[in-house]
Amino acid sequence: MTTPTTPAVHAAGIGKVFPSASGEVTTLTGVDLEVAAGEFVSLIGTSGCGKSTLLRLIADLDTATSGDLTVFGKTARRARLDQDYGIAFQQAGLLPWRTVAANIALPLELHRWSRPTREARVTELADLVGLSDFVARYPDQLSGGMQQRVAIARSLAASPQLLLMDEPFGALDEMTRERLQTELARIASETGAAVVFVTHSIPEAVFLSDRVVVMSPRPGRITDVIDTTPGRARDEALRESPEYFARVTAVREALHGTPLQRANER
Amino acid sequence: MTDQAVAPGSVTGVVPDTNGRMPRRRAARSSGAVARVGWGIAGVMALLALWEAYKLLGPADGVTVGGDGSAGSGVILLPRTHDRAMPHVWDMVARLFQPTSGAETSPLLVSVLEAAGTTLGLAAAGWVIGVVVGGILGIAMQRWRLVEWGLLPWIVVSQIVPLIAFAPVVNALGSQIDRAGVFPWPQWFSVALIASYLAFFPVAVGTLRGLESPDALHRDLFHTQSAGWWQTLVHLRLPAAVPHLLPALRLAAASAVVGAVVAEVSIGLRGGIGRMLIQLAGQASSDPAAPWAPTFGTVAIGLVAAAGVALIGVTLHRFRRGEETR
Amino acid sequence: MNAARLPSWLRVAAPVAVGLLGIALWFAYVASGTAPRMLPDPLAIANEFADRTPLVAEAAAVTGTNALLGLVAGSVAAVALAALATTWRPVDGMTAPLIAALAVVPIVALTPILNTMFGASSQFGRQAVAGIAAFVPVFVNTLRGLQQTRPVQRDLFRATAANGAQTFRLLTLPTALPYLLTGVRVAASLAVISALVAEYFGGPADGIGTAIATYAKSGRAALAWAFVAGGIAIGLVFFLVTSLLERVVSRRLGAGGPPA
Repeated sequence: MTTPTTPAVHAAGIGKVFPSASGEVTTLTGVDLEVAAGEFVSLIGTSGCGKSTLLRLIADLDTATSGDLTVFGKTARRARLDQDYGIAFQQAGLLPWRTVAANIALPLELHRWSRPTREARVTELADLVGLSDFVARYPDQLSGGMQQRVAIARSLAASPQLLLMDEPFGALDEMTRERLQTELARIASETGAAVVFVTHSIPEAVFLSDRVVVMSPRPGRITDVIDTTPGRARDEALRESPEYFARVTAVREALHGTPLQRANER
Repeated sequence: MTDQAVAPGSVTGVVPDTNGRMPRRRAARSSGAVARVGWGIAGVMALLALWEAYKLLGPADGVTVGGDGSAGSGVILLPRTHDRAMPHVWDMVARLFQPTSGAETSPLLVSVLEAAGTTLGLAAAGWVIGVVVGGILGIAMQRWRLVEWGLLPWIVVSQIVPLIAFAPVVNALGSQIDRAGVFPWPQWFSVALIASYLAFFPVAVGTLRGLESPDALHRDLFHTQSAGWWQTLVHLRLPAAVPHLLPALRLAAASAVVGAVVAEVSIGLRGGIGRMLIQLAGQASSDPAAPWAPTFGTVAIGLVAAAGVALIGVTLHRFRRGEETR
Repeated sequence: MNAARLPSWLRVAAPVAVGLLGIALWFAYVASGTAPRMLPDPLAIANEFADRTPLVAEAAAVTGTNALLGLVAGSVAAVALAALATTWRPVDGMTAPLIAALAVVPIVALTPILNTMFGASSQFGRQAVAGIAAFVPVFVNTLRGLQQTRPVQRDLFRATAANGAQTFRLLTLPTALPYLLTGVRVAASLAVISALVAEYFGGPADGIGTAIATYAKSGRAALAWAFVAGGIAIGLVFFLVTSLLERVVSRRLGAGGPPA
């Protein structure tokens, strides 16, 4: 049982070393991170900074070589076996031979939910992501954005309290991206789930998150954590607010490592 | 014996060609099917026309290179146009409706159909056995890497070497076992066994290829669902294997048919089309159009077997979305 | 189940072990006395092979030559027809269903007819069957290879005002060559198998297949198996040569597979 105070993710001194042909590669070192229940945290950084690796460690798709990692107070493996999280990748990864409804239902089928319960939950989820009219379609009949929405619905199937997302909007065009960001923000607040979100995009990270974790490579580590809790609802108007731009700049500075000179300060 | 391109560098197996291209839409596919049948008929007509044209215009004694005129010398490049060597197409058709041998026997067409049915049944039995054994072996190879490493090289080698050379030996073996009374081994069982032996290899390879085809993304997805090996097999690997399995099943069907016919010929199995082929060919000097009937029958068996596999493919169409049509 | 945990030398050791186990079981079965006479032990077969090598070699030469002639003729015809099919759609339309049908029917069943047409003392029937069997994979693969040029590459040639012959020589042909050689590799095994099996359907009394059938029928088990070994040897030689050719050319062209 998770109590309200159990953090969704607690990482202390996490390190990950990969053996390679030219010796060892330190993908992560000294990572300390805590994600509170219901909190939205983004991981951002250039290629090779280890953000995807950190996500995979949380998902128990890989094991850390050093440090301590717990998910809702359990080991990552236990959390995976207990299905405490849902995951979405950059490619939707839908099974082409299953309809939208069957794809969303996949986790439920694997965990042997009864058919009526499954169908009810699928209807709920399809509604949540706005795809109720498309449940009988096949993935090759959907656009990229719609496929991603199906993937998100699937990740929510078992009502997890933690969502792990690895650049889910990376392959989409900007307009679709912004629309899906708004939807994701809504879904996250409605379900109250914690989210760990890996992205390349500064505006996206600032828009969606309560905190932005800035990472840099060689070796992969956390260099900064920026508070981006919006004082208001996450809607389209937020994208035009001055606080938003200020935070985007803060994150950009943290990524570059040096303060930037703004146009009106020259 | 493959009608699909093989990826360069691959040792066996066919590759379903997706290459990121968009799948054609359903409507185009069915009108395309009609057009293809039409072109096929045109092609057959062209062949028949070529046959008759050669008979009409070709040299009466054919074209021989490097001979001295006596029988069996030199290399014959084009056949003689005499009716005994090359019967007219209409003679071949007419012969089908004449009695098989002697006035009281049923028309040749009926005899051919009966024999073809027998052979098709044996080939089908062999195919089923081959598919079951090959499928189980493929799953075992996917499950245990060591089994794959130990067996796959032998399976690959067996597809290269003329295994069918064993056919006379298998038959002799079978009749020895039968006479020794170990267990009953009727002649037709040798035929089915040889057919299954040829069929099982492509199925084993195709099953393994197909079961290993899901990409890391899908495998990770199932891992995050903490799905075990069996669940992953049933919900991911087997459905993903269908596009790889169908060409293998088609190849297995063609192999089973060849195996059955060759086995029948080496055994001399009564009632099979192989024996009829040899028998009527032996009488070809007095009855030139007759050997064409079991030849057409054998072709028909191959086509029916392929159609059967195609039918299976149709029922599994849900698992073939995104497959290239050509 | 994880490949990372298995040492890589097992990759070689495992099949060798399986092979040795198979031979050991064979010896044991024969030594137990329950094996039928038609299955001698491997040593007896090896002895017969050593004693009768000239005989086996002679038969192998006949079958091998038939297979080779068929392979060459079939491949040449296949490449020509594939080139024709990519140029004129009617040819493509007419041949596609016929080739698809040819791929699923027992081509060796044509041998009796061919022997009637060309004379029972001629090797032509077997060569023709090997040729037709070789034709199909070479045609299918070459046709596919000729269609593998990517639009961006074709656009490039068009933009630099290259004519048809130049585009063919510098783009289409190098792209198609690996596919063609793969087809030849597949065809080589089929040609050997077809040439051998065709001998069961009549024609002159020479070749590996006829020898196997004759000696199996007359009960000379070890000799029959020795000829089987000869047939396997031909198959391996054809495979190795065409595989080598495929690999050498693919490496020189830097190609070898469909674009990722």
